[in-house]
Amino acid sequence: MALQKKKTPMKEQKPEERIKNFDEVPFGYSDEEAIAEAERCLQCKHQPCVEGCPVHVPIPQFIQSILDEDVVKANQIIKSKNNLPAVCGRVCPQEEQCEDVCVMGIKNEPVAIGRLERYVADYNMEKGTDRTKAEEVEKLKIPELEGRKVAVIGAGPAGLTAAADLAKYGLDVTIFEALHDTGGVLRYGIPEFRLPKKIVDQEVEAIKELGVEIKLNVVVGKSITVEELFDQGYESMFIGVGAGLPRFLNIPGENLNGVYSANEFLTRVNLMKAYKYPEYRTPVVVGDRVAVVGAGNVAMDSARTAKRLGAEDVYIVYRRAAEQMPARSEEIHHAQEEGIEFKLLNNPVAIHGKDGRVDKMECLKMKLGEKDDSGRRRPIPIEGSNWMLDLDTVVIAIGQNPNPMLTSNTKDIETKSWGGIKVDENQQTSREGVYAGGDVVTGAATVIKAMGAGKTAAENIKNYLLNKSKK
Amino acid sequence: MYEILEKEVLAPTIKKLKVKAPLIAEKTQPGNFIILRVDEKGERIPLTVADYERETGVITIIFQEVGYSTKLLGKMDKGDYIKDIVGPLGHHIDMEGYEKVVLLGGGTGTALLYPKVRGFYEQGAEVISITGARTKNLIILEDELNQYSDRVYIATDDGSYGHHGFVTDILKDLLEDEDDIDLVVAIGPVPMMKAVADMTKEYGIETIVSLNAIMVDGTGMCGACRVTVGGERKFTCVDGPAFNAHQVDFKELMNRLNFYQNEDDLVHEEEVEEDN
Repeated sequence: MALQKKKTPMKEQKPEERIKNFDEVPFGYSDEEAIAEAERCLQCKHQPCVEGCPVHVPIPQFIQSILDEDVVKANQIIKSKNNLPAVCGRVCPQEEQCEDVCVMGIKNEPVAIGRLERYVADYNMEKGTDRTKAEEVEKLKIPELEGRKVAVIGAGPAGLTAAADLAKYGLDVTIFEALHDTGGVLRYGIPEFRLPKKIVDQEVEAIKELGVEIKLNVVVGKSITVEELFDQGYESMFIGVGAGLPRFLNIPGENLNGVYSANEFLTRVNLMKAYKYPEYRTPVVVGDRVAVVGAGNVAMDSARTAKRLGAEDVYIVYRRAAEQMPARSEEIHHAQEEGIEFKLLNNPVAIHGKDGRVDKMECLKMKLGEKDDSGRRRPIPIEGSNWMLDLDTVVIAIGQNPNPMLTSNTKDIETKSWGGIKVDENQQTSREGVYAGGDVVTGAATVIKAMGAGKTAAENIKNYLLNKSKK
Repeated sequence: MYEILEKEVLAPTIKKLKVKAPLIAEKTQPGNFIILRVDEKGERIPLTVADYERETGVITIIFQEVGYSTKLLGKMDKGDYIKDIVGPLGHHIDMEGYEKVVLLGGGTGTALLYPKVRGFYEQGAEVISITGARTKNLIILEDELNQYSDRVYIATDDGSYGHHGFVTDILKDLLEDEDDIDLVVAIGPVPMMKAVADMTKEYGIETIVSLNAIMVDGTGMCGACRVTVGGERKFTCVDGPAFNAHQVDFKELMNRLNFYQNEDDLVHEEEVEEDN
């Protein structure tokens, strides 16, 4: 059979249709499409893709199981390393990880590992075979750990992963979440059209089935402190409170009405469901012309959301060039298809208002200069090139800093100068028994890295508690 | 779910609810606020905790029905359950070291002021409370203020009760006559807080205002509640809600508070009418 040089395409909603709804854009592979794609895998002996994966999913093995038409086994193989495959198959930057080092990708397109992961996860969710069976969970339990209390702070990807693993060891796990719903960034940040919330719901249900208790509306550091959790008998804890503090540009006009942080814009739409306003009662105002500043995944999510909310002209304004945009290539591609206009090499210098509302954004054109410390060519302003973009709304999507709510109210947890929690290679903080991981440690990063940190922390919390009981 | 134990109508559009929320009651101090959601589809509404009983685990909230969501909350009754409440949020007010404090409340601001009145009084400070409203039946918590104040002054815009005029008229007289006031606290509509700030600045008296910026999450995540204080960006939810009145950019605050006015008026008011 001739080698298929390109990835098996995944069917998706047409751009002109999907900008009118919030339904998921790609439909996922059929069984036939999945097998066609799985056949492209060369089953390399040295498995570079596994090294490329932050949590080392045995990729060739799960792909082989798809070929063997044992998709249940494929799922078990993925889940041995990755607790949230339905999420990661959709939101991981595969082109920078597993697919970047795929041998097939040297001369052709790499194997669509992300799409196959999604296929396996969805197949099993649909068939109800995604849950770990009760008798298998029983086998994983460690007698010395059974019934001992551990707290997980934050119900995002890091916390959910840590909680699931800790519960499997037989520990009595409670998750404390500040918001009124679970999922963290999976719920408030990533839009429905990219990650349907029913997937997050199912993952959370699976974790509850393992015996994890989830307490919503509890802000650790305010409602209850780390000290009090220790006093209540929690022997160890994992902090995964994320990077929730939005960055602004610090340019004039940023407090005008119509300027949102991406966090606010996306939280209104995703968590509070403003796209179903007025049925859901949180409003969001977008107007006709929207600029999103930044070019990461959050920026693409914001731009595509604005389009779906009815904005006619939506711009991405970014001070660097196309090849430097940090978003996943699929998101950029989807945004372009949906008519988002890219104003690259443009740096906003001021937002001008009229009657207290956004009216125009003043931008300065940039050109690329020498490489900077990050290895990227540095953008240099072209003097006198200022121009005005007529706007109703500006969304600032230039990143987030770690949320200081917990650390500023807790003793003995050391942080770095920019606010991230300091941890060692075991994800342990400066305080005994307290572990941390995800964006609150790394600054805004990826779901998969947060999950990896949650897994590492769970393993080390287990070891810590086993050692502690020996003493 | 949080049960409503008591409901009282303080004025036609001002309601008081006592709600069972033991964890919050245990931790709240004057100046803290909570965020609640009436039901699954509700907005997150920030409200100051007006009172709290640690022993019984009950918090009191007092609110004015200004938009759709507060009207829905106003329709709830004893025995009903509020879906979500999170708190206590924000910084509490540091009350130590003051000997003579004047506290001004405008409209529902008096409900937010009351825990501070009580707090300063219990700290042993001399407390002078000034409360004002448009008209007599909008004056709230008069008995409570009397209980925890050395003196209480009342003003109404229409002269139907107390001084005919503004709370700031009374403040002006106090500032003229008494030179030992070491703190002024003002909570109410933005123009009232601004007027107080302008006045006390002339006299060089430390002044605190508590801001009611628009919020979504209330934990520092969204930045909707950003205000400019002393030329710097602050988040009302985590840096406030109380700030040095002499440094607040009130004009900007007023503008930001009006942002969603149209949405609320146009869509929500109609719905409430229909519901009724």
